[in-house]
Amino acid sequence: MSDAADESVQPATFAFDPQNAERAKRIMAKYPPGRQASAVLALLDLAQRQHGGWLPRAAMDHVAGVLDMAPIRVYEVGTFYTMFNLNPVGKYHLQVCRTTPCWLRGADDLTETCKKKLGIGLKERTADGLFSLMEVECLGACVNAPVVQINDDFYEDLDPQKLEAVLDALARGEKPPMGSQIGRQNSAPVGGPQVLVGGAGE
Amino acid sequence: MLRDEDRVFKNLYGVRDWHLPGARERGAWDNTKELLARGRDAIIDEIKKSDLRGRGGAGFPTGLKWSFMPKQSDGRPAYLVVNADESEPGTCKDRDILRFDPHLLVEGCLVAGFAMGATATYIYIRGEFYNEASNLQIAIDEAYAAGLIGKNACGSGYDHDVYLHRGAGAYICGEETALLESLEGKKGQPRLKPPFPAAVGLYGCPTTVNNVESIAVAPTILRKGAAWWSAIGRPKNTGTKIFCISGHVNKPCNVEEEMGIPLKELIEKYAGGVRGGWDNLLAVIPGGASVPLLPKSICDTVLMDFDSLREVKSGLGTAAVIVMDKSTDVVAAIERLSHFYMHESCGQCTPCREGTGWMWRVMKRMVRGNAEVAEIDALLDVTTEVEGHTICALGDAAAWPIQGLIRHFRPEMERRINERLSRQAAE
Repeated sequence: MSDAADESVQPATFAFDPQNAERAKRIMAKYPPGRQASAVLALLDLAQRQHGGWLPRAAMDHVAGVLDMAPIRVYEVGTFYTMFNLNPVGKYHLQVCRTTPCWLRGADDLTETCKKKLGIGLKERTADGLFSLMEVECLGACVNAPVVQINDDFYEDLDPQKLEAVLDALARGEKPPMGSQIGRQNSAPVGGPQVLVGGAGE
Repeated sequence: MLRDEDRVFKNLYGVRDWHLPGARERGAWDNTKELLARGRDAIIDEIKKSDLRGRGGAGFPTGLKWSFMPKQSDGRPAYLVVNADESEPGTCKDRDILRFDPHLLVEGCLVAGFAMGATATYIYIRGEFYNEASNLQIAIDEAYAAGLIGKNACGSGYDHDVYLHRGAGAYICGEETALLESLEGKKGQPRLKPPFPAAVGLYGCPTTVNNVESIAVAPTILRKGAAWWSAIGRPKNTGTKIFCISGHVNKPCNVEEEMGIPLKELIEKYAGGVRGGWDNLLAVIPGGASVPLLPKSICDTVLMDFDSLREVKSGLGTAAVIVMDKSTDVVAAIERLSHFYMHESCGQCTPCREGTGWMWRVMKRMVRGNAEVAEIDALLDVTTEVEGHTICALGDAAAWPIQGLIRHFRPEMERRINERLSRQAAE
C-alpha cells in the first residue's frame, strides 16, 4: 500500500458504530451463505463514510474481521478500486472528470479553476480541511460535460464561473443543487427535448 | 423519425414520475404474469425473433445468449447479472434508465431471469452513480412491496429476488468476468474463458450477464411483439437505441432513435448540429472510446448500427457519439483515451499492463511531435502486439483508438514531427 496514509494519521482502531453494524448485516444478507465476501465493497464504503471520507488500515482490518476474510484480501480490494481514499480528503472531495468528452468541453479549465481558487494541487487538501481535489476518469455523464463530482453528487454543464459559484456556496455551508448548472432538463438538449413532448404516445 | 409511441424509454429526460405509479401509467408491469405464463422457451424464442442485439457494446444476440443457460438445473442456483457499470467514455444512457425508468429494468430482470431459469438477479451499478443507485433501490423496494418481485412474483408462482450491488470505481468491472470477480468481493480482474459464465459464472453457478438497456427493453418487446421491434431499424440491426451525443455539438443530449439512423441526421436533428456547422466537423468517435474514430468523409454518409459501422472499420459499441470539430487537437484527444486505458488496465496481463503505459507515453510525445516518423509504425506495431493477446478486450480497446488515429490522421502526426524537426534544424 504505497499510497497509504502516513502512520501519524492512521487510527489505532476502528469499529462500525451500531447503526453501520446493523446496515452491514442487512447488506451481507443479500448474498448466499458463505458468500459474505461479496459485501466487501459495500462495507468498505460504509467504513469510509463513517471515517470522514477516507479509509484507514484499521477500517480494512475491521471489515476483514466482520466478513471473515484475510486482511490481505481486503487490502487488495481497498487499493484496487479508485473510490476508496487511502488518505484524508476534504469535507468536499472534488473529482474533476478528465476523459475526452469532458476534456473537449473544457475540463482542463475546471481543474485550473480549482487549483487557483483553492490554492492546492491534485491529490491535495486545503489547510482548513474543507476541499480536496483530484482528477478522475470518465464519470459517465458525458452529454452534460464537463462534470465534477463533489462527494456523492454530479455537478454538470460547468464552466469556470459556474464551478466557482458552486465552490463559493459550499464554502458558505450551503448545498447548491446538483445536476445541470445551466438549468437544462437532465440529458435533454438545451431548450428542451424535441421528442417525448405532450402525451408522449402513452 | 421514430414515433414517440415506439419509444421504450418514455421518461428518458426525467420529466415524469419514475416511481411505480408513474411507471405503470407508461405501461410497465402491465400483466407481467401473462408474459411469464408464456413459458421460458416462448419468451426466448420471441427475443430471438426480434433480433435484439446486446446494448453493452459487443452486439451479441440477446435471445441466443439467454438460450445458453441450462434448461434443467443440476442443483446449483442460476443468476442473471445486470451490467450497470456504465463507464465507457462517452456513454451515459444506462444512467437515464437507472434513475428515470428503473421499473423497466426491474421488470426486465424478472422476465429475463424467468426465461433463463435464474433464481435471482444482481444488478452491478458503478459506484459513482450514487443517486442513480438510490432511485433504483427505491424502485426495487416498491416492486417488492407490490408483490411484483420476490416470492410468487406477480402471482406467477415463480420466486425471483433482485439485489442491487454498488461498485467502487473500476472501468474494468464492465467486463463481464471482472464484474463477477468484483461481485464475489475480489479485485476486478477478468477470468479466462472458457468456461463461459453460462456454465461457470457467479459463485461457480450458471450466470448470464446483460447490459441494462438490453434487459430494460425486453418486456416491451414481449408485449408489442418481435415483429414490431424488428420492423424498426435495419435487418440484424433492429429496434430502438439510446444514443449519447457529446463533445463539439451545439446541444449535447441523449435520445432514443431508430437503429441505423444516419450519423449526420442524428447530430443535426437532435444535437443542434456540429459547432460551427457540419463543414467544421473533424472526426467522430461513434460508439464510445473503444471504437476507432471516423473522419468527416465517412461521417457524411455512415449509418448508426452494428454492421454499417463495422464496414467502415469502427463499431456501434455503446452508441456514444463523441463529436470533434476542427478546433480539436485530435492527437491529444486520443492521447487522453490512451491515458484512460493505462489508468484502467487491471494489471493482470503483461501486454496490456505494460503496453497501455508504453502507448500512452509515445502518444504523449506524438502530441508535440516529439518523436521520429518511424515511431508511428512502431506504435502501430505495438498496438497489434497488445490487441488479441490479453485475457479480456481492454487491450483491444486500448489499441483501436490509436489504430483509428493512424489510419485516418497519419499526415497530421507526421506534420507535427516534421515541424518539430525543422524547428530544431533552424535553431
